[in-house]
Amino acid sequence: MQRIGDTRWVRITLITAAVGLASLFLLLPLLAIFAQAFAAGINTFVSNVTDHFTLAAIGLTLVIAALTIPVNLVFGVMLAWLVTRFSFPGRRLLQTLIDIPFAISPVVAGLIYLLLYGRNGWVGGWLDSHDIQLMFAWPGILMVTIFVTCPFVARELIPLMQAQGSREEEAAVTLGARGFTLFRRVTLPNIRWALLYGVILTNARAVGEFGAVSVVSGAIRGETNTLPLHVELLYQDYNTVGAFASAALLALIALFTLAAKALLEWRAAPREAHS
Amino acid sequence: MSIRLEHIEKHFGRSQALSPTDLDIANGELIGLLGPSGSGKTTLLRIIAGLETPDANPRTRILFGERDVTRVHVRDRRIGFVFQHYALFRHMSVFDNVAFGLTVLPRRERPSSGEIRTRVLRLLEMVQLSHLANRYPAQLSGGQQQRVSLARALALKPEVLLLDEPFGALDAKVRQELRRWLRHLHDELGFTSVFVTHDQEEALELSDRVVVMSNGRIEQIDTPEALYRSPANRFVFEFLGDVNLLEGEVRDGVLTCGDAQLKADLPEGRQELLLRPHEIELATTPDESSHLPATVTAVVPVGAEVRVELSADWMNEPWLASVRHEQASQLTLARGSRVYARALTWHHYPAPSASVQPSLAASY
Repeated sequence: MQRIGDTRWVRITLITAAVGLASLFLLLPLLAIFAQAFAAGINTFVSNVTDHFTLAAIGLTLVIAALTIPVNLVFGVMLAWLVTRFSFPGRRLLQTLIDIPFAISPVVAGLIYLLLYGRNGWVGGWLDSHDIQLMFAWPGILMVTIFVTCPFVARELIPLMQAQGSREEEAAVTLGARGFTLFRRVTLPNIRWALLYGVILTNARAVGEFGAVSVVSGAIRGETNTLPLHVELLYQDYNTVGAFASAALLALIALFTLAAKALLEWRAAPREAHS
Repeated sequence: MSIRLEHIEKHFGRSQALSPTDLDIANGELIGLLGPSGSGKTTLLRIIAGLETPDANPRTRILFGERDVTRVHVRDRRIGFVFQHYALFRHMSVFDNVAFGLTVLPRRERPSSGEIRTRVLRLLEMVQLSHLANRYPAQLSGGQQQRVSLARALALKPEVLLLDEPFGALDAKVRQELRRWLRHLHDELGFTSVFVTHDQEEALELSDRVVVMSNGRIEQIDTPEALYRSPANRFVFEFLGDVNLLEGEVRDGVLTCGDAQLKADLPEGRQELLLRPHEIELATTPDESSHLPATVTAVVPVGAEVRVELSADWMNEPWLASVRHEQASQLTLARGSRVYARALTWHHYPAPSASVQPSLAASY
């Protein structure tokens, strides 16, 4: 028997539309980035990428990502644990608060940080009198990056931990397991794939974040310029090839992230099938 | 180890899960907590385990033997706990599941890995699962998983074993088998066990004493025989088996309801009588003490007896009668047959309120 809507023409139309749109909107721009980056030959690409300021931007971006991930990992796990394993007044509110960074435009987030921690801000003024500068320096970039990415790990973990329930942990406690042993031997193995997935998403966003970072960074070349900001700077300097070379690097990181995600899903799938 | 509970009370938010409860369990006893869902039996069990905290009250005490564990954390109470849905560690092999309790002991108490191995293998042998030591929980049947979870709970040689609806998720045959096996294990190892169930048959078959609960209260504590013979109140009576209800007006020692009549020496007025299916006899004619006409709506042979479903205008709910096979064939019972039910005996509880003292169960 034929399913409803499953005729030859419907199928061809839908598949063509899907493939066409995907190519036009997803694949073509990606190819264009690499085409532009290599437009003036491989040597130009290499010299653009190994440019002093580009290398500094790559370095800063990686450092920010490397600092953001552990902070969000710990924060996300603790938050997910709190929300799914305990019931307390304000639990729902907290669950909603987690989503604030998703709901707020990154530019607004950057502005809020600037207003609070900038030299003329409430906290920033006091910090300034103690010779501590957060805005227009790497700590500011780190702060907004953490803000923008903080829901990722918790959002991955909460539904999973809710579905798994706390029975296994209760069983472990009746068998005498204590705090960290309990987490390491029972909780962590059950959430590790979701946790890794959250980390990958955090990393992708931390590397690629533009809006919030651009507000607080000041884009000082070689000092507070991250890779996405660097792309824009180069483009405004009419250095199209240079801009696309840096963009290609970002795209490569994104592709690597996608590959890692696919690998994780492929690894996690058979376990879920039999559990 | 004996268990003594004093003044245990529990609220979840504004709703009361357990009204102040006392309970004494002797060393080596096997106790069944029996009740419908929402009766507070699981809450009580989890409070004994320490997985739930009773409401704060200076009179609240939980004693394991001489040891006051009221404020002792679960992990230090040294109990074995078996969960309804096994709660096995899904990422660990059967062997590692059973070994878990031993491997998380503080270093100075922890046995050597060789000794852990021997002990785990002995436990697996005891639950007849040695051949599955390297399997993962998801690869086992429900009955096997529950046996692993029992072995895991027993690994630390607890003196108290607590089981939350341990056989609830299993099919009838496996359940029967595991019940017998648990009873055997209990007698052999001599721990004190408390298990929760909503299945009266399971409670009556397995327990030394049954604690019947409803609405967060203990209704009766007794041995299975005593419980079945003399239920303390109507709730217990109804919960322990099938019940037929006859409700009518009593005048001059005769209860009347529509065209049904039964001699009953009860006070005048509206009264309710309860009858078990085996307390009803079927006949083709009424006798001088009862006139209970009914129509047979179903005849189901179950094992040693035949269950007959009856309906009539004067019944609120269909009645069930269990009769012997010979009698059933003698009466040539079939759907639609007209019969007269005769009450061999009946029970009467004065008020629907369960807290009232029981009256004698009358019989004649």
